[in-house]
Amino acid sequence: MADLEVRERPELDVDRRAPTPTKKRRGAARFVGIVAAVIALVVLFAYAFEVTDVDLAEIQSDTRQTQLVRILRSLAHPEFLTYELIETNLDAQIMMPCPANGFTPPAPDTGGPYVVTEPTCLEPGGEISVSGFGLEPNARGDLFYVPPSGDVSIRLGRFLADADGTFVTTVDTRERAETEPQTIRAVTTIRVGSIFNPETVTKTDPVTGGQTTVASPRISATALDTWDKIIETVFLALIATTVGTLIAVPLSFFAARNLMKEISTTMTSLTLAILAAPVGAAMGLLLARGAQLAGEVLADNLVVVIVGLVVLPLVILRAFRWAIPPVDVEAPSRGQRIARALVLSVAGTAGILTLFLLAALMTRVGNALAPRLASFDFLALFVSSLGDILRLLIAAASALIAGGILMFVGSRAGTSLRAHLAPGVTKVVNLGLAAAAGAAVSVLLAQAIGWLYEISDPTKTIWIPAAIGALIGLLGGVVAYGKTSVGIGLSIYYIARTIFNAIRAIEPLVMVIVFVVWVGIGPFAGALALALHTTAALAKLYSEQVESISTGPIEAVKATGATRLQWIVYAVAPQIVPPYISFTMYRWDINVRMSTIIGFAGGGGIGFLLQQNINLLNYRAAAVQMIAIAIVVASMDYLSSRLRERFV
Amino acid sequence: MLSVEHLTKIYEDGTLALDDVSFEVDDREFLAVIGLSGSGKSTLLRCINRLIEPTEGRIVWNGIDITAATQDELRRIRRRIGMIFQHFNLVHRSKVMTNVLAGRLGYINPGLAVINRFPKSAVEKAAAQLVRVGLEDKADRRADELSGGQQQRVGVARALMQDPEMVLADEPVASLDPVLAHSIMRYLEQINDEDGVTILCSLHFLDLVHRYADRAIALYQGRIVFSGLPREIDDARFKDIYGQEAERVG
Repeated sequence: MADLEVRERPELDVDRRAPTPTKKRRGAARFVGIVAAVIALVVLFAYAFEVTDVDLAEIQSDTRQTQLVRILRSLAHPEFLTYELIETNLDAQIMMPCPANGFTPPAPDTGGPYVVTEPTCLEPGGEISVSGFGLEPNARGDLFYVPPSGDVSIRLGRFLADADGTFVTTVDTRERAETEPQTIRAVTTIRVGSIFNPETVTKTDPVTGGQTTVASPRISATALDTWDKIIETVFLALIATTVGTLIAVPLSFFAARNLMKEISTTMTSLTLAILAAPVGAAMGLLLARGAQLAGEVLADNLVVVIVGLVVLPLVILRAFRWAIPPVDVEAPSRGQRIARALVLSVAGTAGILTLFLLAALMTRVGNALAPRLASFDFLALFVSSLGDILRLLIAAASALIAGGILMFVGSRAGTSLRAHLAPGVTKVVNLGLAAAAGAAVSVLLAQAIGWLYEISDPTKTIWIPAAIGALIGLLGGVVAYGKTSVGIGLSIYYIARTIFNAIRAIEPLVMVIVFVVWVGIGPFAGALALALHTTAALAKLYSEQVESISTGPIEAVKATGATRLQWIVYAVAPQIVPPYISFTMYRWDINVRMSTIIGFAGGGGIGFLLQQNINLLNYRAAAVQMIAIAIVVASMDYLSSRLRERFV
Repeated sequence: MLSVEHLTKIYEDGTLALDDVSFEVDDREFLAVIGLSGSGKSTLLRCINRLIEPTEGRIVWNGIDITAATQDELRRIRRRIGMIFQHFNLVHRSKVMTNVLAGRLGYINPGLAVINRFPKSAVEKAAAQLVRVGLEDKADRRADELSGGQQQRVGVARALMQDPEMVLADEPVASLDPVLAHSIMRYLEQINDEDGVTILCSLHFLDLVHRYADRAIALYQGRIVFSGLPREIDDARFKDIYGQEAERVG
């Protein structure tokens, strides 16, 4: 080591002593570069100022500041409590314009509170000074102009009494000329009761004349609405997070490079799998539909449903026990395999039927219980909704599973086909299969596009796409010609990543607009939008966790002869559970924050109320909602960070 | 008998890790694989159970061509080859028991993994293996709560769960202190003597080779530079294996 250092030092010295011309030039170029960058930055920000209308003069203008103060004061007085108010009117008479011999109003009763004006008569619209005496200390209120008819009152301004209950304030009158005396009215409002000393007030309904007793102060209607909506918000976020998590967990594996990189297959297997998948999906759908019909017929009879739900699972369990023996000693023979596959598919169909029966039972039980549970009827309705959701999911799930199974079978068929064919023949067969698979995928895509754009011409939706797809498939086959393995895993990885990134890029606030059109304004639309965004975001976060796991345990478990499913369960899953939980909590936190504003676009939750109140300029009510949001978000933040600490 | 014929491994970045390696291992033999770090020992062991796919060459074990096996056949071959790792490669967050049970996965129907269940016989067998390595009281502890020596004993128990006919041990004691190293090596010796398991073990320290191995092969830059009895490694041979500047220690 020491030897090396001695050798290196002289070279360094040579470099320092004689800086080469190129170095000087490089220094100059760097200086020019920095100057250019600074100029570019200045231009950039100048343009940004222009575009964003930065206007400091506007901030300082009086009217703007008055408005700001008004809003801030309203926000500082959130409307948590409603007080009953007692209004006192103090009137002083004036004349506008002055009569020829002047005007002397009747003398006020100086025994109680009273107001006087100076002058007592004036030209319409002139300034008038209003003085009040004998009011409550620090009383405040508004000044109004009331014409002789007494049918309207026009607000002129406000007043604030001092500690002696006296005020003097100058206001502008209105341009209204009358021959009768007019009135300047000071209205003081007094709140009944205080937080520490609430009182009850008996109110008379002006229409019916009925009397009601209310407390003052009492919790305001705004506060009650806010409470309702904040609960809705938190649970909207919970539903969205749960649904998103359930979908994101399996999807995240497809976006994990380290797992997908290893998945490669032969061209024969790949193409056969692609060809088999849609067939499987169609079969799954057919099976589900058949089972649903059978289920509906059977569901009429409650006894049949219950007997079915007891017997079928036992039979299915039995079948699985037989077809999947716990210990796998010798490779099963072909006949055994076929028998097992048959038994498993029959058991699978029976499973679908069982699920339909279960869904029917849940709906029935839910509907039957709902009227009897009174205020807990939401529990019964939940059971019934779960039944509906189950019914919806079964068809999709069985299509997916059957598609997956047939893909697996196709891939296996490919392997055995390769084993039986000569390598040269395989290559040619591969080309044909690649063309067929390309055509199949292309036709499916074209059908989807045709549906979207309402094209019904079979030339456009079947024959041309088939030809193009076959050509692309053939091209792919030629590219992969003679290769023993195709890295299909990485392709899936890139596709999954692209989809997740695209979905993640759309804000839930935008997504909710589409869902509002679909399912209507309300929290359900918000939950769906958030769930979709959560799925994409979590799938990406999760997959990054999968990518960072240590490979040692995977290697060790693989070496024991474990299958892919086994090493994912025993070597990958234990490593990712804590970060998955942590990210889910974090996401719930984010979703609560998002759901507070998703109501702005019609997605339900507290945002809906907040937006309404802002639009109505009801800032005191808006303040209640803003405070509620702040409390919920802050406590979720705290809670989720504490919980996350425990899991990581 | 294991016979490795003209085995070559070139990694994707062009590194030549193994260069035309051929040797044979008799049943019940304890073969030490020695060589510098980076000489290809780990690659060689991982090629045998195809954790790493060899580029060229054949590996034939008891008449079965491992290199030509399909995934399904490979699974059945792998389950009879136990493997022990330098860094133990336990699943840290799982229980010791689960880690040991993982050794049985090759014998268990993959469908059971979905419900995370092991048959009762496997659980009993795992308990017995833990008794064998003296960790029966640690079964419910998390793997990362154990010391290094204990973790490697879990690794040994996991390999034993496979009822192996051959054990590949990749630097099994390189992360352990000398006392623990001997305790682990004695387990391997015991498995070799009592159970008649063939052992391929890569080792750093020559004294361990002398003490435990029946025969040794040495790799230098991916080639076999020595094959013979441990005591035949004299100073000249030593320099062939470890380079001209190397000095014997210990």
